Amino acid sequence: MFLGLFGPLLGASVGAPAFGGQSTLQWFLPGVVVMIALFGTSMTGSNLQYELMTGSYERILATPLSRSSLMIGRALKEWAPLVLQGLLIALVCIPFGFVFHPLHVLLGLVILGIFGIGLGALSYSLALVSQNKEWIFWGVQQTLLFPLMILSGIMLPIEAGPAWMKTASLFNPLTYLVNAERELFAGTIGGHTLWGLVAAAVTAAVGLAVGIRTISRDIR
Amino acid sequence: MIHTEKLTKTFQVKKETVEAVKGVDIDVAPGELVAFLGPNGAGKSTTLRMLTTLLRPTSGSATVAGVDVAADPAGVRARIGYIGQGNGGGHSFRVIDELVMQGRFYGMNTSDATARAQELLHSLDLADLAKRTVIKLSGGQRRRMDVALGLMHSPRLLFLDEPSTGMDPQNRANLWDHIMRLRQEHGTTIVLTTHYMDEADSMSERVIVIDHGRIIADDTAARLKANLAGDLLAVEVAAESAPGVRGLLGRAAAGGEVQENRLDGVVTFRLRLPEGARIAPSLLKDMNDAGAPAQSIELKPPTLDDVFLELTGRNLREGANQ
Repeated sequence: MFLGLFGPLLGASVGAPAFGGQSTLQWFLPGVVVMIALFGTSMTGSNLQYELMTGSYERILATPLSRSSLMIGRALKEWAPLVLQGLLIALVCIPFGFVFHPLHVLLGLVILGIFGIGLGALSYSLALVSQNKEWIFWGVQQTLLFPLMILSGIMLPIEAGPAWMKTASLFNPLTYLVNAERELFAGTIGGHTLWGLVAAAVTAAVGLAVGIRTISRDIR
Repeated sequence: MIHTEKLTKTFQVKKETVEAVKGVDIDVAPGELVAFLGPNGAGKSTTLRMLTTLLRPTSGSATVAGVDVAADPAGVRARIGYIGQGNGGGHSFRVIDELVMQGRFYGMNTSDATARAQELLHSLDLADLAKRTVIKLSGGQRRRMDVALGLMHSPRLLFLDEPSTGMDPQNRANLWDHIMRLRQEHGTTIVLTTHYMDEADSMSERVIVIDHGRIIADDTAARLKANLAGDLLAVEVAAESAPGVRGLLGRAAAGGEVQENRLDGVVTFRLRLPEGARIAPSLLKDMNDAGAPAQSIELKPPTLDDVFLELTGRNLREGANQ
């Protein structure tokens, strides 16, 4: 939907030069894939909230399953359909002038998966902390999601914004991720890809550390 | 199978410290069937959750199935089965898939887990529902599925937290049939919590009464009732015989309270008699000999509710409302 409705508008209002010589689609599509991953994995905790209420989460906690695999498994469960969505979108866009580099895109999705594990674990922790107070989960998730998204240059090139936005975007792991995906979807592998991978790995490490600490407050 | 020393759990609720469990010592031998009985909020579930590693004890120690809960919680989890208060099955999954997944969590391979799941589905009358999604099961079916989930890895020690709360009598009886059969066939050690006194009474060999985070009694249901409550005896005599009977009954009650009610020329005495069924015949004979024959008698065996009342001065239901 974003591609169909927002994409053309973006191209018309900003003008092609802003996208580093690429077509609007080629520039915007990787961002949309990141966005899907962002929305999907940040919802990990909302499914957990339901299981916290029914008792199926407690049942799983009582099994010898390790705590990190619990979190990784959940994040990957949200990420798996995203791979399909991402590939599907890419395929659909080919007739509209999108150039598809399968191996690069695949690497891009793997990086997104690593990032998703981290974000999923954070979302998971948030659900645990806001147990019995669902509105807190949604409040925090929404409050963080949109600034992160806009400051990453998913929707519009951040270079066009004021200096403070550019500075802020440097502290946003999503920025590096989006840049990496753009580079990969364009069929090249370079510095951006590496930085994207680092950002994803850091997010995953922080997410898992926070997540395991949250679970272990009472239980080990 | 279970050994705890001064097991304690305190919670912080709005800057206030709540002592949910205050130094509990429990020993359970292999093969026992033990019920934790007490009103809501007594600390039963908290104790159970510490024993199943779902809560970390504040202090004290617990060894479950030979493993220390603080040192090796994963080791404990691998050796026990736990059936919680809620429903364990994920709503959007099929029954068989959840069971096989549960087996995989315990390290079984897929074919073993599938075989075990089929076996349990049959013995718990769920075979026809294997491919149904959990959300479409009735309450009783879900509870039986919970039992199946808890038994997937054939644990030697099974914990059940309020297993029959909210079930209708028929489903409760059915659930208990399954649990009793399991015990008979495999000698499984079973520890459960309940606030249904009749359930603790009829099903468990041993009852641990918990109130305000402490164990206040620990014995077989029969002995608890005999020692702490005794049978309730009501004797009716003609009003003119009452003075002669009063002394006799007072001695029989051995210091216990004897209530007296007079109505239309008949006096009804009520008293607690330990082992009342054995004492009553000779008591009646003594009354006859004293020229004050009983017109009617009623002997009621005690319930665990009477035991709880004797121990705490409240009955279980009042306790639940506090």
